[in-house]
Amino acid sequence: MIYDTAIIGSGATGAATAYMLSHYSGKTILLEKAHEVCAGVSKANSGIVHGGFHHPSDSLKTRLELRGNELIDRLQHELHFPYLKCGILVVAYSEPELETLRKLYRQGLDNGVKDMEFCDRKRVFELESKLHESAVGGFFVPNGGTIEPYGYVFSLVECALKNGVSLQCDFEVVSGTFADGVWTLKSADGGEIKARYVVNAAGLFADEVSKALGAEEFKIFPRKGEEYLLDRNSAGRPERVVFPVPVKHSKGVLVIPTAGGTTMIGPTAEAVDDKGDTATTSDNFLKILKLTQNMVNGLTARDLITSFAGLRPVHESEDFYIAKSEKSPNLIQAAGIQSPGLTASPAIGEFITSLLKDAGLELVENPGFDGTLPPRYEARKLDDAKLQEFHDNDPAWTNIICRCEEISEAEIIEAVKRGHTTVDGVKFYTRAGMGRCQGGFCSAKVLNIISRESGIPMEELTKRGGKSRILAGKLGELEVK
Amino acid sequence: MVRLDYDVVIAGAGAAGLAAGTVCAQAGCSTLIVDREGRTGGILNQCIHNGFGLRYFKEELTGPEFAYRMSEKARHAGAEFALNSAITDIKQLEDGTFDIRVLSGKDGVTHLHARAVMLAMGCRERNRGAIATPGERPAGVFTAGTAQKLLNCEGKLPGKSAVIVGSGDIGLIMARRLRWSGIEVKAVIEIMPHSAGLTRNVVQCLHDFDIPLYLSTSVIRIDGKERVEKVVAAPLNSDRTPDTSRAFEIECDTVLFSVGLIPEMELARKLGVKENPATGGAEVNSAYSTSVPGVFSAGNVLHVHDLVDFVAEEAEYAGKCIVDYLVGAKTGKEFSSAAGKNLKYAIPNRFAAAKATRFLFRPTVVTDRAVLKAMVDGKSVWEKKLAFVRPAEMIIAEVAADTLHGDVTFELEEL
Repeated sequence: MIYDTAIIGSGATGAATAYMLSHYSGKTILLEKAHEVCAGVSKANSGIVHGGFHHPSDSLKTRLELRGNELIDRLQHELHFPYLKCGILVVAYSEPELETLRKLYRQGLDNGVKDMEFCDRKRVFELESKLHESAVGGFFVPNGGTIEPYGYVFSLVECALKNGVSLQCDFEVVSGTFADGVWTLKSADGGEIKARYVVNAAGLFADEVSKALGAEEFKIFPRKGEEYLLDRNSAGRPERVVFPVPVKHSKGVLVIPTAGGTTMIGPTAEAVDDKGDTATTSDNFLKILKLTQNMVNGLTARDLITSFAGLRPVHESEDFYIAKSEKSPNLIQAAGIQSPGLTASPAIGEFITSLLKDAGLELVENPGFDGTLPPRYEARKLDDAKLQEFHDNDPAWTNIICRCEEISEAEIIEAVKRGHTTVDGVKFYTRAGMGRCQGGFCSAKVLNIISRESGIPMEELTKRGGKSRILAGKLGELEVK
Repeated sequence: MVRLDYDVVIAGAGAAGLAAGTVCAQAGCSTLIVDREGRTGGILNQCIHNGFGLRYFKEELTGPEFAYRMSEKARHAGAEFALNSAITDIKQLEDGTFDIRVLSGKDGVTHLHARAVMLAMGCRERNRGAIATPGERPAGVFTAGTAQKLLNCEGKLPGKSAVIVGSGDIGLIMARRLRWSGIEVKAVIEIMPHSAGLTRNVVQCLHDFDIPLYLSTSVIRIDGKERVEKVVAAPLNSDRTPDTSRAFEIECDTVLFSVGLIPEMELARKLGVKENPATGGAEVNSAYSTSVPGVFSAGNVLHVHDLVDFVAEEAEYAGKCIVDYLVGAKTGKEFSSAAGKNLKYAIPNRFAAAKATRFLFRPTVVTDRAVLKAMVDGKSVWEKKLAFVRPAEMIIAEVAADTLHGDVTFELEEL
C-alpha cells in the first residue's frame, strides 16, 4: 500500500498535521518510534496556551501562535480535551520590570492580541489575590491558559484515526529513499512504509530524520526544562497562569494552575548535550521554589508531588523551521517547534497542509469527515444524579481506583479500549497515578485492569513500552540463595 | 441513591477503625466502618511477616492474622461494613451532624448521615517525587509498601536486584522479604546517622542477611532510560550536603523508597480540622476529639505509630470517647500540652486535668539514659526515667489524674 502522506512523529505537530489532513480523503499514516503517541517533547512541557505577545510580529512563531490560540478554542469544543482558560497574568516585581513589561505589552498590541489589559498594582491583585506583596503591576491576557498537552494530542490523534488516518507506533524511521515519486521509509527493526509525501515532525530528532532522508543538514539543540508539580490542595495554586518578565531564551519560571487541578512551577532553561537527558536535580528545585515563592504566596516544598524534565527542540535560528525541503523532494520539514509550539500546533498543522498542497498533494474533501469526539466524562466531576445514572449503566463508574485523583475503573477501562496499554499511557490519559501518592496505592489495581482488559500478562506490562517492564516475573521464579 | 443513618461512621477498616468500631458497636451505637478495599484490615493484609499482637493479643501474629482477629471482634460486636467504598466528600451540617458521600461499584452514590465521625484512614508512603530524588525516570522505582503489595498480594517480583532508599520499618522488612524471594538486596541507604526503623528490624532484616546499611548517605541520582540501571550515592559532609567526591555507584534494576509515612489527611481537610504540623495529623484532646466537635481521630492518620498494637489501643480508647460524646459527656477543664526539648511531638495536644492521661511522644535523639519531664510554669512537676530512646520508637507515659494543673511542655533530658 502506498500512502499519500507519512508523518514522522506523533507529538503535537505530527498529531495536528494528521488531524488537518484527515479533513481530506487522501491516505495518511502517522509514525511514532515510541510505544504510544505523544511520548517526547509534547508530553513534558508547561501545557500553556500562550497569548501571542512574547515574540515579534514578523516572526513565523507569532503568526502561528495567534492562529493556534484561536483554533485551540474551537478544537476544545469539538474534542473535549482538558483546557483551563484562566488567562495569563504577566507580573512585574519592580519598577524597571514594569517598564520592560510596557514594551512587551506594546508588542502584544502590535501583534493583534485581543482584550489585553495593562494593570496597576491594585488591578493585578484583583486578578490574582495570591500574588507576592512585591508585585507592582503587569498585564493580563484573557485568551490563554493551560491544557493537558498529552490529553490534547491524544484527542487530535483519536479524531484523525476516526477519520481514516492510520497510526503505527514502535516505528523508528532510520532511512528513507525516494524513487518514482514514492518515499520508502525503513524502520530500525526492518519495517517499511511507502508514501508519496513525508512530513518530518520528529521533534528533538528532526535533524537526524532529515539526515536519514538525505535532506537538509541542521542541528537541533536540546534545552532542558525542569518542572515541579505540587498537590491539588496547595495553597499556592493561582487563579491565572503567572508569568514573570521574560529573560533571554526563555519566558521565565512560571506558576501554573494545571488543567488537571495541580499546580506546577517551572521550567528551568538549560542547554544540554544529550537528547535523552530528562533528569531533574535538587539544586534546581530549590532555585525554582525560591523564585516562585517570590511571585506567588503559599507555595511550599511540603506540597511537592513529583518532578519531571522536558527538552525543547531548539533550531539554530531560534524560530520554527517549517518549510518544503529544498534538497529532498516531497518532504516538508517541521523542526525547532519549541515554545509556543503547543499553542501554535493546530496552525502548524494547517500550514503544513498548505505546504503539502503547494508541493502537489491533491486535497479532496473527506465527505465523511466528523470533527467531533464524544465528550469524555470524569467521575470526580459528575454530580450525584449523573454519576448514579452512569453507575446504573456500568457499575465501574463508581468503583474508585486512584484515590488521590478520584479516577474510576470505567475511566481506566476506557483508556485501555482507546489503545493505552502502558502504565504511563493510562496515567496520562486518565490521571490515575498522577496525584500525591504517585501510584503507590493504585498501581497494583491499575496493572490488573490493564492486563485484564488488554489480555497482556501482568508481568509483560511496561511503564512506557520497550524494556521499561514494571515487574520482573512471578514469585517463585528466582532461586533463593 | 441510598441514604443511611448511623451514630458513628468510621473512615478506614484498618487496625484503628476496627478497634474503635468494636467499642462503639459494643456500647450499642449503630456503627459503620467504610473502606476502599474489598477486605478489612488495611495495610496489615500485605504485612505477612510476624511480630504483631504481642502486646494487644499477648501472642505473636502475622499482619493478616491480626487483621482477622480485629475484624472478627468488630463483626461480633455488631459493627457494619461498607467495603469497596470510597468516601469522596464529608460535610458538617448545621446541627453538627455529618453528611458523608460514598462511592461504590455495588451501590453507586450513597450519602451517609452520622452523629460522629472517626478518622482512621492511616497513612501513605512518602515517595520519590515528594523528596525530589534527582535522576531519570525509569521503571523499577517503587515505594517499599507498593513492592510489598505486589509481592505478597499479587505474587509478582518487582525486580531482581534492589537498592532500598531509607531505612523505615517497611524498607527493612522488605529487604528481608526480597531476599526470601530470591531478589538480591545490594544496600540500604539512610540519610540520617541512625536507622529510621525499629532496632529489632535492623537486626532481623539486615544484619542476619549481611545487607549493608549506609548511614549519613544520600542518593544523588537514579540512572536508567527504560528500567533502573544504577543508583549513585554519596556520603554526607558535616553540613549534611552530599560529598560528591566520595560518590559511589550501585548497579541494580529496582529502587525501593522507605522514606517516611504521611497521614492521609485529605478527608479531614474537607472538614476544616486543625492540623498539627509536627505529626501531619489532626490536633486532638485527651478524648481524641479534633478541633471539629464530633470528629475523632486515632491511629496512623493521627500520628505514625511504631507498632500496630499501640494503634489498636489508642483507637480503642478513642472509641470509648466517641461513645461518651454520643451520650453527651463533658470533658471538663482542659490544659494544653506541647513538645519541648528533644521531642518532635506530644499527643494529645489538650488534656483534661481531672483524668489520667496517656501521653505519646516521638523523640528526636538517640540516647540510652534520659528523663522525661512535664514542665508547668517553668517547673518540672512530673518526671519519668527512660532507659532506651530512639526516634523510631514512641515514648508512652501514663500521667495520673490531678497531676498536671496547667499548660504543660514536655522535655526530654539526656543523662
